[in-house]
Amino acid sequence: MNEIYSITLALSTAVAAGLVGSFALMKRMSLAGDTISHIALPGIGIAIATHVNPLFGAGVALLIGTLFIWRLQESRSMTADAAIGVVFTAAIAVGVLLTTKEELIEALFGGFEGMTLQSFGFGLAAVLAIIGFIFKFRNQLIVATFSPELAEANGLSVNRLNLYYLLAFSLTILLGLRFLGAILVGALIIVPAAIGRQLTHTLGVFLTASCIASVLSVALGFLISFQFGTEVGPTIVATSAALFGLSLFKKKD
Amino acid sequence: MNSILEVKNLTVSFDGIPVIDGLSFDLERGETLSIIGPNGSGKTVFLRALLKSIPFRGTIAWAPDVRIGYVPQKIEADKHLPLTFNNLLFAKADVLKLDRADISKTTEAVGLSKETLETPVGHLSGGQFQKGLVAFALLGKPNVLLLDEPTASIDLPQEEQIYELIHRLQDMYGLTVILVSHDLSFVYRYATKVLCLNRQNMCFGTPESVMNAETLKKLFGSTFKYYHHIHGQHKDSN
Repeated sequence: MNEIYSITLALSTAVAAGLVGSFALMKRMSLAGDTISHIALPGIGIAIATHVNPLFGAGVALLIGTLFIWRLQESRSMTADAAIGVVFTAAIAVGVLLTTKEELIEALFGGFEGMTLQSFGFGLAAVLAIIGFIFKFRNQLIVATFSPELAEANGLSVNRLNLYYLLAFSLTILLGLRFLGAILVGALIIVPAAIGRQLTHTLGVFLTASCIASVLSVALGFLISFQFGTEVGPTIVATSAALFGLSLFKKKD
Repeated sequence: MNSILEVKNLTVSFDGIPVIDGLSFDLERGETLSIIGPNGSGKTVFLRALLKSIPFRGTIAWAPDVRIGYVPQKIEADKHLPLTFNNLLFAKADVLKLDRADISKTTEAVGLSKETLETPVGHLSGGQFQKGLVAFALLGKPNVLLLDEPTASIDLPQEEQIYELIHRLQDMYGLTVILVSHDLSFVYRYATKVLCLNRQNMCFGTPESVMNAETLKKLFGSTFKYYHHIHGQHKDSN
């Protein structure tokens, strides 16, 4: 039964990732998933060392990372790129040093284990919060994605909207960490959205296609992994990459 | 007085260096203010100050009932964005809680075809894109329209169309128009006031009083070629 919880949560996380990823792609934040997720690693390391739930440690680290990225975006300084490069590679290094060898592979590349009903409940609530946020703020996000300047001119606070979006983004990363790990979770955000974009020019279809591609990647990844005994995280990411490859055959008008 | 905008002692600085220094003028309802000046003279900065989206010193006092529609100079929209002007207009209507019926009224007034509305923004021609931006600005019934070089990225026949469109919309809705333009023929034809910006050399007045060889030379430098044709009359014609 615990495995069913785990798989169900992974599939619902995929829906959230499809939506969040679609906006990440439109906002040209495709690589933010990788940079933000890396900062989870030292959090996981410290949590394991102090016998706290690793996901709690990852959550705290991600929150700090999110606020850091948000401040950098706000400052729009030339050094933002460099700062992101330094902080997040350093996070990986420190994270690897802090995490024990036995836990390291799972922290980096994910794994599969059952979960309690309580964790499942929390996870599902988080997924619903992300989907609810995107749905409620979709029009603000659309205007701000098209032109932050126009959004501001129409009374939207683009900074605050960016913060909310980054928090939804990081929450998605946190949900994905459990089965994809800090290195691979970024793929869940971006690959399905890239597939969706490959298939259509229309916003509604794009969002739907990204979600379907995301769920399909996770579902097929689990099936293949169980069938052939491969690692879950890398199997899911490889599956999504294969689907992306297939989507390239679709000729756009 | 029926002022819609009063600017007093406006100073905008970047890193301590003033781009606009002590600018003062009034604008009446229904006027067309054209802002001219060479690149880097602070024209866009001035519009942003009018939108109060950058810090400034001095006062910018809009009439209390003012609603501003803004057409920015350049949108760094990704060519591959799966967004259409239909998506954008619906999004704006939702954000500002406008009636959906306003959307079709606006697109009709601007003359946007259904096809243009449903084409991804990256696939539109410069003129169509600009018309879309005008519709986006016009949605929500503004009484002031701010436009930052609305024809910078489009070719000549379409440029003419955009200016005519702006003029027509102004008549239709009684808009006050504030517009940055490189195109001096527009200034002669439609502007009721001209504001020239070039750091120290600022001037404000009617086109007839401001647009003479001397000010333009001061403004753009001595290499500037000067053609005088107020309201279609050429100075050198019979």
